[in-house]
Amino acid sequence: MPLWLLIIGLGLATFLTRLSFIWLFQHWQPPEWLKRSLRFVPVTVLTAIAIPELLLPGGDWMVPFANPRLIAGVVAILVAWRSRSMLLTILAGMAVLLAASALLL
Amino acid sequence: MGELKSASSPSSEFWLGVRDELPLLLGVAPFGMIYGVLAMAASLPLGISQAMSSIVFAGSAQFITVQLLGSGVPLLIIFLTGVVVNLRHALYSASVAPYLQHLSPAWRAGLAYLLTDEAYAVAINHYSDETRPGKHKHWYFLGAGITLWTCWQLSSALGIFVGQVVPADLPLEFTLPLIFIALVVPNLRDRAAAAAAIVAGLVSVLAFGLPYKLGLLLAAAVGMGVGLWLEKK
Repeated sequence: MPLWLLIIGLGLATFLTRLSFIWLFQHWQPPEWLKRSLRFVPVTVLTAIAIPELLLPGGDWMVPFANPRLIAGVVAILVAWRSRSMLLTILAGMAVLLAASALLL
Repeated sequence: MGELKSASSPSSEFWLGVRDELPLLLGVAPFGMIYGVLAMAASLPLGISQAMSSIVFAGSAQFITVQLLGSGVPLLIIFLTGVVVNLRHALYSASVAPYLQHLSPAWRAGLAYLLTDEAYAVAINHYSDETRPGKHKHWYFLGAGITLWTCWQLSSALGIFVGQVVPADLPLEFTLPLIFIALVVPNLRDRAAAAAAIVAGLVSVLAFGLPYKLGLLLAAAVGMGVGLWLEKK
C-alpha cells in the first residue's frame, strides 16, 4: 500500500466517522434513551479530554500538590464556575500554571 | 459566550463562530507546528505531510500516523489505528446530528468534514444555548470550523517548512483543557450532568492506559450512562 493511499484512506475513514450519525439519524429514528443521552456527550467527552491533561501531564501521575497543571486546573474550574467567562478562565489558569511552575521548581 | 447579543443573520452567526473559535487557536497552533516538525523528523515527503493535514484533518490521528510511519509499522496497521483513534468523532456526529436534520446534503457533508474536537466543543455549546435561539446556527458551526481548519493548515505548514516557532517553555497547549473547562463547567446545571462529567473525568484517568484513546470512549460511555440513569430517577 503506497503512502498516498494511506492518507486518502484515512481521510475517507475519518470523514465517514464524522458523517456517520449525521447521515444515519436522517434515515432512522434513534430510540428515546439514546436521544436523551446525547445531551451528556459534550460534558462527558470534553471533561474526559481535559482531566487527564491536569492529572496526568505527559501521561504520568504526579503528586497532586506538586503538580502545577492540577493546581491551575482547579483554579480554572472555580473561576469558570463563578465567572462563566472563557477569557477569565484562560487567564487565571495560565497565570496560576506559570506561577506554580516557577514556585515548585 | 456570556454575551446576550442576538445573532440571527447568517453572516453575523458566521462571524460569531469565527470569533468564538479564536481562543482555541492558541492551543491548536502549537500542536499543528509540532505535527509538521514530527512529519519532517519521520522523513515524510513535504506534499504528503501537508496533504495529510487537509485530507485527514484530525490531530491525534495525524500524530500517531507520523510516529508509526517513523517506526516502520505496516501501513494497514497504521490505517486501522487511525480509524480507532478517530472513533470519538462518531459521538460528536450523533451529538450534532439532531441540529443538522434540516440542512442540505452538501451542508451536512461540509460540516461533517469540519467536525474536529475543537470545532465541536464550540459549536455544540452554541447549539445547546437556549437563551440564544436561531435558525442559522449552522453558519456559526461553519465559521468556527473554517477558522480551525485554516489555523491547522497554516500551523502544519509552519512546522513543515520553518520548524517550531513558538518557544516550548510557554505551555500554550494547556489553554485547550482550560477552554474545555470553561465550556463544560457552566453547563453542569443539574445533578445528572454534573455526575456524568465527574464520572467521565474519573474513568478517563483510570482508563488512561488503554491504547488508541479508547479510555476516552469508555469514559464518555460510562458518564453518559450515569447521567441517563440519574435523570430517570
